[in-house]
Amino acid sequence: MTRRSLHFSKLYSFSCCKSSFKEDHAQIGQKGYSRVVYCNDPDNTEAIQLNYRGNYVSTTKYTAANFIPKSLFEQFRRVANIYFLVVACVSFSPLAPYTALSVLAPLIVVIGATMAKEGVEDWRRRKQDIEANNRKVRVYGKNYTFNESKWKNLRVGDLVKVSKDEYFPADLLLLSSSYEDGICYVETMNLDGETNLKLKHALEVTSSLRDEESFKNFVAVVRCEDPNENLYSFVGTLHYNGNQYPHYNGSQYPLLPQQVLLRDSKLKNTEYIYGVVIFTGHDTKVMQNAVDPPSKRSKIERKMDKIVYILFSMLISISFIGSVFFGIETKRDISGGKYRRWYLRPDATTVFYDSRRASLAAFFHFLTGLMLYGYLIPISLYVSIEIVKVLQCLFINQDQEMYYEETDRPSHARTSNLNEELGQVDTILSDKTGTLTCNSMEFVKCSIAGIAYGRGMTEVERALAGRRSDGPLENDGNLSDQPDDDGDTFYSRKQIKGFNFRDKRIMNGHWVNEPHSDVIQKFFRVLALCNTAVPEKDKESGEIFYEAESPDEAAFVIAAREVGFELFERKQTRISLHELDPETAKIFDRTYELLQVLEFSSSRKRMSVIVRSEENDLLLLCKGADSVMLERLSEGGRLFEAKTKDHVKRYAEAGLRTLVVAYREIGEDEYTIWEKEFSKAKATVTADRDVLVDEIADKIEKDLVLLGATAVEDKLQKKVPECIEKLAHAGIKIWVLTGDKMETAINIGYACSLLRQEMKQIIITLDTPEIEALEKQGDKDAVSKASLVSVTEQIRDGKSQLNSAKESSLTFGLVIDGKSLSFALDKSLEKKFLELALGCASVICCRSTPKHKALVTRLVKTQTGKTTLAIGDGANDVGMLQEADIGVGISGVEGMQAVMASDFSIAQFYFLERLLLVHGHWCYRRISMMICYFFYKNLTFGFTLFWFEAYTSFSGQPAYNDWYMSFYNVFFTSLPVIALGVFDQDVSARLCLKYPLLYQEGVQNILFSWPRILGWMCNAVLSSIIIFFFTTNSMINQAFRRDGQVVDYGILGATMYTCVVWTVNCQMALSINYFTWIQHFFIWGSTAFWYIFLVIYGSISPIVSTTAHRVLVEACSPSPLYWLVTLLVVIATLLPYFSYRAFQSRFRPMYHDIIQIHRRSEGAETEISGELPTSVWRKIHQLKEKLEQRNQ
Amino acid sequence: MKNRKKESKLKKKILKKQKSTREKKIYYLTYTTQKITLKHTYYYSVVPFFELKFSSPVVVKMRGATSSGGSGDGGMADSAPAKRNSRKPQYSRFTQQELPACKPILTPGWVIATFVGVGIIFIPIGLIALFASEHVVEIVDRYDKDCIPPNYSNASLQYIQSSKTNKTCTRTLTVPKQMKSPVFIYYELDNFYQNHRRYVKSRSDKQLRSKAGESDTDNCKPEAVTSTNAPIVPCGLVAWSLFNDTYGFSLKNKALDVSKKNIAWKSDQDYKFGSDVYPKNFQSGGLIGGAKLNSSIPLSEQVDLIVWMRTAALSTFRKLYGRIEVDLEANDIITVTIQNNYNTYSFGGKKKLVLSTTSWIGGKNDFLGRAYLTVGGLCLFLAVSFLLVYVIKPRPLGDPAYLSWNKNPTGQMSWNS
Repeated sequence: MTRRSLHFSKLYSFSCCKSSFKEDHAQIGQKGYSRVVYCNDPDNTEAIQLNYRGNYVSTTKYTAANFIPKSLFEQFRRVANIYFLVVACVSFSPLAPYTALSVLAPLIVVIGATMAKEGVEDWRRRKQDIEANNRKVRVYGKNYTFNESKWKNLRVGDLVKVSKDEYFPADLLLLSSSYEDGICYVETMNLDGETNLKLKHALEVTSSLRDEESFKNFVAVVRCEDPNENLYSFVGTLHYNGNQYPHYNGSQYPLLPQQVLLRDSKLKNTEYIYGVVIFTGHDTKVMQNAVDPPSKRSKIERKMDKIVYILFSMLISISFIGSVFFGIETKRDISGGKYRRWYLRPDATTVFYDSRRASLAAFFHFLTGLMLYGYLIPISLYVSIEIVKVLQCLFINQDQEMYYEETDRPSHARTSNLNEELGQVDTILSDKTGTLTCNSMEFVKCSIAGIAYGRGMTEVERALAGRRSDGPLENDGNLSDQPDDDGDTFYSRKQIKGFNFRDKRIMNGHWVNEPHSDVIQKFFRVLALCNTAVPEKDKESGEIFYEAESPDEAAFVIAAREVGFELFERKQTRISLHELDPETAKIFDRTYELLQVLEFSSSRKRMSVIVRSEENDLLLLCKGADSVMLERLSEGGRLFEAKTKDHVKRYAEAGLRTLVVAYREIGEDEYTIWEKEFSKAKATVTADRDVLVDEIADKIEKDLVLLGATAVEDKLQKKVPECIEKLAHAGIKIWVLTGDKMETAINIGYACSLLRQEMKQIIITLDTPEIEALEKQGDKDAVSKASLVSVTEQIRDGKSQLNSAKESSLTFGLVIDGKSLSFALDKSLEKKFLELALGCASVICCRSTPKHKALVTRLVKTQTGKTTLAIGDGANDVGMLQEADIGVGISGVEGMQAVMASDFSIAQFYFLERLLLVHGHWCYRRISMMICYFFYKNLTFGFTLFWFEAYTSFSGQPAYNDWYMSFYNVFFTSLPVIALGVFDQDVSARLCLKYPLLYQEGVQNILFSWPRILGWMCNAVLSSIIIFFFTTNSMINQAFRRDGQVVDYGILGATMYTCVVWTVNCQMALSINYFTWIQHFFIWGSTAFWYIFLVIYGSISPIVSTTAHRVLVEACSPSPLYWLVTLLVVIATLLPYFSYRAFQSRFRPMYHDIIQIHRRSEGAETEISGELPTSVWRKIHQLKEKLEQRNQ
Repeated sequence: MKNRKKESKLKKKILKKQKSTREKKIYYLTYTTQKITLKHTYYYSVVPFFELKFSSPVVVKMRGATSSGGSGDGGMADSAPAKRNSRKPQYSRFTQQELPACKPILTPGWVIATFVGVGIIFIPIGLIALFASEHVVEIVDRYDKDCIPPNYSNASLQYIQSSKTNKTCTRTLTVPKQMKSPVFIYYELDNFYQNHRRYVKSRSDKQLRSKAGESDTDNCKPEAVTSTNAPIVPCGLVAWSLFNDTYGFSLKNKALDVSKKNIAWKSDQDYKFGSDVYPKNFQSGGLIGGAKLNSSIPLSEQVDLIVWMRTAALSTFRKLYGRIEVDLEANDIITVTIQNNYNTYSFGGKKKLVLSTTSWIGGKNDFLGRAYLTVGGLCLFLAVSFLLVYVIKPRPLGDPAYLSWNKNPTGQMSWNS
C-alpha cells in the first residue's frame, strides 16, 4: 500500500476551531465536567489518585459470585414461581395436604432448568466479552515505542496507535493521523447506523506529532466532561506544553466532538492515527448508551398471563368456598359441650381443626386449599413452552427451504420468544433497498446528448410491460435494428458487478463514431472524476478496484472504466485517468488537478468537483438529482433538456435511480474570487457555517451545460413479487418504507406487485408549487403551517375517496412522501392518517428516514393493536426492527446491524413467505393448542381434587397419593403436550403455501380466542365431573370384586387417577392432527408409564408408598370393575369434545378443517403422486450429494 | 480449458484472501473475458446515495456492545465457503418436519362409525353389567334407630355412651333369594368422615409395621401417648375409633359361623401390620373411642383393625365384617344379635348391616350398567342425529369454493391462484 498523505483539509469543508471558548467550556472543572486526563502519563500520581475505571468491559448479567442469588431473584419475579415457592415453604408446616418433598421437587426441577438456560446464555455473552477485552492494540510504552497490549489493559491517558480498519478500543482524543493535517475517516455504523464515513480532525497543535520520537516528550492534560451517553457532544480543553511548539506554552485549546473517536467505530481510509484514551470501558459513550434491546413477548404469552390470573382467582375462590364450608363443619363439631364427630377428637386438637376457633381454622384451611389446588396452575407450563420453543427454533434454523445457497446462510431464529407471533402478523413493514431489492446497483442505461443508450429490460420494466400491455419500454426506437442474439452474447461474457450496460454503440470504443462523441467523452469523464472513490491496485494482479462511499458511486466509476475512462490514481490534488483518445484510438494517461470537492448533502442533492485539466481549463463537473440540476442549466446548456427530461422520467418509471450529469467551464478570474470567498466561509466557526458554505457553493454551481443522465438499477431480489402476492393473499398488509424517490418507489411497488393496475392510487405529497414557493421565501413557520393544512386536506380527500368506493370492489394504494409523513405523524393527524392507511391495500412511504420508519411502526403497532413485523437489512432499519412486534433482519451483504437487532434473520425476502405461512402458522397453532390443552389437563386434575375434597367435608384431604400428584405434570402428561407443541401440523407445508388464507386463523387469533380458551376450561370442568362422579358412583359401597373387598381411599384414588391419565392423554390424541411415531410413543408411553409407575411405586415399602402399596397388583387389576370403570369414564369424558369436533368440523368447519378434507378428497392425486416422489427425489438428491462428497 | 484452470486457481486465491480480510466487507467477483481475467472489488455501504440523512440524534440501542466488534453472532461474519463447512442444514425427515405420519380426519364415515361402534360395544357391556348386578342378592338392614330402646328414643346419645345400658339388640332378616356362599357380611356407616384429613393422617405406619417403630407416634396426637408418656400401640385416631359393634347370626336357632378369614388385604397383613407388634396401652386413656384389642394377638392378626385402618374414600362406606360360608336359601329367616356399641348418634350417622353375595363385577350396583347403557345410547343417538343433519343439510366438504374468507379485506382473494 502506498502511503497517502493528502491535505484533505483543503478539499473538504471543515474548520479548525481555535477561537472562542463556548459557554460549555466555561463549565470545565465544575460539576459534571470534572474529568482530568493526564495524556501519555497514566502513571502520574495524580492520575492514579483519580482511579478511573479500566477498559475491561463486561456485558454479562451475572458474575460467578452473584449468579445464584441474582438468577434466583429473576426467577421469582414470575408470579407463578413465587406462588410455588410459598407453597413449598408452607408445605413444611402441618398445613400441607401432602408431603413437602413432593411439592419441592418439581419446583426445583423447573427453576433449575430455567436457571441453567440463563447460565448458558450468560456464558455466551461472557465469551464475547473475553474476545473483545483481549483484542490487541498498540500502546505507547516506557521504551518510547508502541507495544501490543490487550484492550482491557488500557488506562485513561494511554497513548495508542490505531490502524486502518481497526476498531477504536476506547473513546480517544485524536492527536494526529497519517495525513499531514491530522484528519481521519471514521465509520460509525455500530453507533448510529450511518454508513457514510465521518471526518474527524485533530487540533492543529497536535497534528504534527506523527512519529514515535515526537511522543517522547509529549505531555498534556485534558479536562473534560464526565462520562455521559450523548454521542454528539463533547466538551473539553487540552492543556498542552509541547516542547516543539514553545510559543503555545501553557495554552488551552478547546476540544469538540470532531476530535473524539468513539469506541466501536472504525478507522477508515486512513493508514493510522494516534490518540489518547479519555474514556475507558463502561465510561465510553457507546457503553453508556448500551441499552438492553426491548424484550419482546408474544401476544399469546401476554394472554396466557391473563389466563394464569383467571386461574389464580379460580384457585382463590374455590379455596375460599372450601374454607367457608370447612369452618362451618368444624364449628359444628362442638355444640353445647357435645362432640359431634367425636372420632376427630375436637376436644384435643391443634389450631388447624379447632372448632372453638373455627374462623382461624378456616383461615388456615384457606392456605391449605391454596396449596392443594395448586394443580390448577401448571407449574411446568413455562418450562414446557420454553422447551417447545427452542425445538421450534431448531426447525426454523434447520429448514432447508430457507437456506440460501449463494451466501451460505440458513435462516436463524435469534430469539425463541416470538415463534407463535409469526403466525399472527397483520402488517409487514418493509424496507426497500436491500430487502425487496438487492442493493446491488447496476449501471444499465444512460441518456447522453438526448440519445438514450442501454438496452435490455429491467425487472420493473417487465412488470410494467405486463401492466401496460403496450409492449416493452422501447429504447428510443434506435435499437430495434440491433439483432437480439448480439446482445445476448454480449451479456453472457460481461458479468461485472455493478455494470449491466449493453449497447453496441458505446461499448468497445464504438462511442467515438456516435454523432455527439464529444459529449459522450465529457459525460464519462464526469462519471470518472466527479466522485470520491479511491482506486486501489491489487499488488498481485495489478487490477484496480474502487472503494466508494456508496454502490451508486461505484457503479459510475466502473461504468466509466468499462467505457474507457479508467480512474487509476487519486492523489490529494490530482486525479489520473486512462483515457481513450477518439482520434488515435489509443489509451493514454490524463491527469486532472483537483481543486475543490463540493460534497453531496441531502439538502444540496448534488455533488461537484472543480478540476483543472491538462489544457489548463477550469472545469466544474457536477452530478445530481434532476430536480436541482435542471434549474441550474445555462441558456446554452439546455440543448438536450427536453429529451433528457423525457428519458429521466421514463427511467424513473422503470424503477431506475437517475442522476443528471452536467459541467461548466469556469473563468480563471471567477474562480479566484469564488475560491477566496469559499475558503473564508469554510473557515468560519459560526453555527450557520454549513448554510454559508452551501450558499457559496451555489454561486459556482450554475450555468451548467447538460450532458445527459444516468440510470442505475436497484435489482429486485429473487421471487419478491410472488412472495408479496402470496402474503397479500394471506391477508397480510404490506407497507413499504423507503428512502427512495416517489417515482422509483411507485415503480418498485408495481414491480413487486404491491401496487396493481386496478388499484387506485392516493398520493400525499408536499412537492406542490405553493409549498415550494413558500420554502423559497424561507419562512419556516409559514411552510410548516401550510404543509400541515395541505396534508390534512389530502388525507381528508383520500378518506372521502375511500368512503365513496366502499361499495365497489375498488382497492386503494397509498403513497406518501417523507415530508408529508412528518406532518401526518403529528399527534393531531396520526389517527386520521392511520385510518386512511388501513383502508388501503398497500401503503408506500417514500423518502422516509430511519426515524420515520420507527415512528410509523410504532403508530401501526399501538393504534391498531395488531401484530406488526418489520423487515430490513440495513442499520437504518434498526429502529423499526426493534419497535415492531417482530423484527426480521435480512442477512445479506450489508453489515450485521439489522441482523443483530432482529428477532429472526433470513437471507432472502422471499423466505418470509415460508417463515410466516408455514412456520408462523404452525408455531402459532402449536403454542395456542398447547396452552389450551395445558390448562385443560390441569383443570381436569385440579377439579377432581376439589370434588373429592367436598366429600371429605372440605378437610383438605387430596384424592390422590402425594407422588401421583407431583408426577402428574412431570411424567404422565407433559411429554405428549411437548410433542404436540413441537410436531403437530394441521396441514402440510405445501398446503400452507397453497392456501395462504389459512394464515388468517392466526391473524384473527381464532385458535386462542377467549371462547376457545373458556371452552377448553368448561370441557375440563365437565371432564372432572364425569371422572369423579362416574368413578365414585360405580365403585363406592359395594364390593368391587368377587372376593367381597370394598373400595378404600387408596383404591378410589388410583382408579380416578387412572381415569384422569387416560382421559387427558386420549383427549390429546383426539386433538392431534398429525401422528408420527413420536406422538404415539409419548401418548401411549405416558399412559403405560402410569401403570409401570404404579407397579414400581406399589412394590416399595408401605412406609413410602402408603396408600399406593400394591394397589394395582393386588387390588385393582384383578377387578373387572376397575377396568370397566376406566373404559366407561374415558369414553364418557371424551364424548363431549368428540361430538363437538365431529359436528363443528362437518357443519361449521374452520379453515384448516376444510383444507384437510379438501386434501383428502384430492388426496389420491396430489398427496400420493405429489408428495411421495418429492421425498424419493430428495433421497436420490441426497445420495448424489454424498457421492460427490466422497469423490472429493 | 485453460480458462477454467485459471479460474479455479483464481478462486483459490480469492478464498485465501477472503479469509485474511474477513473484517473488510469487500466483495470479490471474478469474470472472464476472452483475453484477460480481471478482478473487481468495491466497497459497499448501506445508505443509498441520495437518501435523506438521518439528522436527529438517535439513542443507540445495542445488544451487548461488544458483539458489534465484528465477532458477530451465529458465525455470520464467517464466510469460509468451503463445501464441508457449508452451513446448509442437513436433511433429515425430522428436521424438515416430514416424518411419516397419519393424519386422521373426522370424516362423516369415521364419526358415524365411531359413535355406532361405541354404542355397539357399550350397550352389551351395560346389559351384562346390569345382569351381573341383578344377580347379586343383597340384604341391607339399618339398625341404628331400631336398636335404641323406646325409653331412650330421645336420648340415643346417652344410651350409647352409658356403660350400663344393655346394648344387645336382635334383628331378623329374611333372605329374598338364594344366596350362595360365601355371603359377605358388611357393616355400613354413613356420615362418618373417615377421609377427614385430620383423621387420615392420625396414624403411624412405622409403628404398625414393626416393633422398632413403636415410639414413632408424631402424627398420632392426641392419641399418641398415654398420660405417662408411654406410646400407644396402635396409636392415632383411626385405631382409637375402631368399630366395635358385633354381630351374631343364627339360622333356624342354629348359630351361623362367621369366618374372619381373608377379610383383610393380604399385603396389609404381610407388609403393613407387623407380626411382632402387639397392642399396648390401647384404649387405656380416659376417653374410650371404640373397640379394645386383645393385647396378646399381634397386629397382623387383628383383621378387624386392619380392615378399619384402610380408611374409606367417602363418608358413606361399607367394611367387611366377615363371611358366612354356607348357602342361604330363599325365605330363610336369619336372626342377628347385635351388640350396638358404636356411637354414630352424636353425628347422626346411620348404621347398616349388609349381607351380600358377589358376582364377577362385585357387589350390587346398577350404576355402572346404567351408565354404560346411557353412554351407549347417547352415542347411537348422536350417530343418528349426525346422520340426520348430514342428510338434511348436505354440504360438499372440501370444495374450495367454500374457502372464502368472510372478513376478506380486499375482496379479491381466491384460492385457486
